[in-house]
Amino acid sequence: MSQILTSENLLFLLKGAGVSLALAIGALLIGMVIGVLLAAGRMSKLKILNWLSAGYVELFRGTPMLLQIMFFYLGIPVLIRMITGVRVRMDIYMVALTALSLNSGAYQCELFRSGIQGVDKGQWEACETLGVSYWPMMFKVILPQAFKRIIPPLVSEFITLIKDSSLASCIGTTELMYNAQVLGARYYDYLVPLAVAGVMYLCMTLVISWLARKLERRMAVSD
Amino acid sequence: MTDSHATDSYMIEADHLSKHFEKLHALNDASLKVKKGEVICLIGPSGSGKSTFLRCIHGLEIPESGTVKVDGQTLNPANKAEYRDLRNKMGFVFQHFNLFPNMTVIDNCKFAQTTVLKRSDAEAEKTAIEYLGKVGLLDKKDAYPNNLSGGQKQRVAIARALCMNPEIMLFDEPTSALDPEMIKEVLEVMQELANQGMTMIVVTHEMGFARKVGTRVVFLEAGKVVEEADSETFFTNPKSDRAQEFLSKVLFQ
Repeated sequence: MSQILTSENLLFLLKGAGVSLALAIGALLIGMVIGVLLAAGRMSKLKILNWLSAGYVELFRGTPMLLQIMFFYLGIPVLIRMITGVRVRMDIYMVALTALSLNSGAYQCELFRSGIQGVDKGQWEACETLGVSYWPMMFKVILPQAFKRIIPPLVSEFITLIKDSSLASCIGTTELMYNAQVLGARYYDYLVPLAVAGVMYLCMTLVISWLARKLERRMAVSD
Repeated sequence: MTDSHATDSYMIEADHLSKHFEKLHALNDASLKVKKGEVICLIGPSGSGKSTFLRCIHGLEIPESGTVKVDGQTLNPANKAEYRDLRNKMGFVFQHFNLFPNMTVIDNCKFAQTTVLKRSDAEAEKTAIEYLGKVGLLDKKDAYPNNLSGGQKQRVAIARALCMNPEIMLFDEPTSALDPEMIKEVLEVMQELANQGMTMIVVTHEMGFARKVGTRVVFLEAGKVVEEADSETFFTNPKSDRAQEFLSKVLFQ
């Protein structure tokens, strides 16, 4: 047991944790862009955009993330070969980031939509009676209020992403879960690496929750 | 006040407005003409269509039939620029204030001035200070709305609407959401506004205000205008049975 807990091995796990965190942050940010666009689509007056957005959300929420990751890694290359005849090999990090981002976009779309629609109808009407047009209303009145209610579920989404990034281990992405498995196999001892990895996941999620609570408290002061 | 006999001096002409909500016939062929400087009080039982009438006049609700003219021009959403300009002649005060909670009091007053009227920051500030002074809340200019009392919120909402220099002010039950001890401060601001010659349409349950400040009372029931009279006549000698019954219920004698 003590032979596993070398500084070298701990560093190996920490590197994996770094990859997990990077994947989660990247997916959160890219998913945010996708989510905002999808939310705009869902609330658009154009029916076709409503349907496309709703279809996207249902597709990504209604299928397992594991399947999505495998599909991007193993399925898409086949599709590309069928269409273009070119053999491609997907970069595992890009696949993991893409799958996590697209998936998170679907969830974040719903967050933004409910956040915006949750702003009191009177706020929209006040803008209407003052003659304020759509974009200034959105940026100065609706979104600042929506953002406040979105922060707590957005933090949960971030925590979910950190945990879900472990699914990328199935295609060999060297994140925390994968590295823990590598150590386990090398030493024929899974207890220690998995336990240490668990503690590392927990540290990341607890720190994020703690930061989020501080942020919320600071924002509550302003009104 | 302008000559009350001039036929073309109506600020608002609402002609045969009708509106359904699902199966409810909220507004049934209601008409109203308002001259410059008049203070019209819309009264009637809950659900009689007073608020819907007011909201249709402003365009917050689109009536299914009928037309609204502001200053002689018809409100028509198809003609965007004109529609916007006509609606900007009307200020609107809500029952629930609808102040922007993410902005300070003065920013509430400045926001539409700078974004809609394209006033400079200094100019907007000057106007905001002027009207906040008029409603007696200059000392609260840097406060956030959630730190104000209901009466203070409503006075800020009135100042915010006035900053846009409307020619007519519409009030939708402005004191109905207030604690009793806050009602008077808001009514006093409105009375002052009326004394200065502002044209006003007020949906209200404050019979004292309607009688004292209102020039004319319009009584609605079931979406219809049942009776229309100058306020003194209405309160001393209501003609319709419905108005008599309503007054006998609301006036404590």
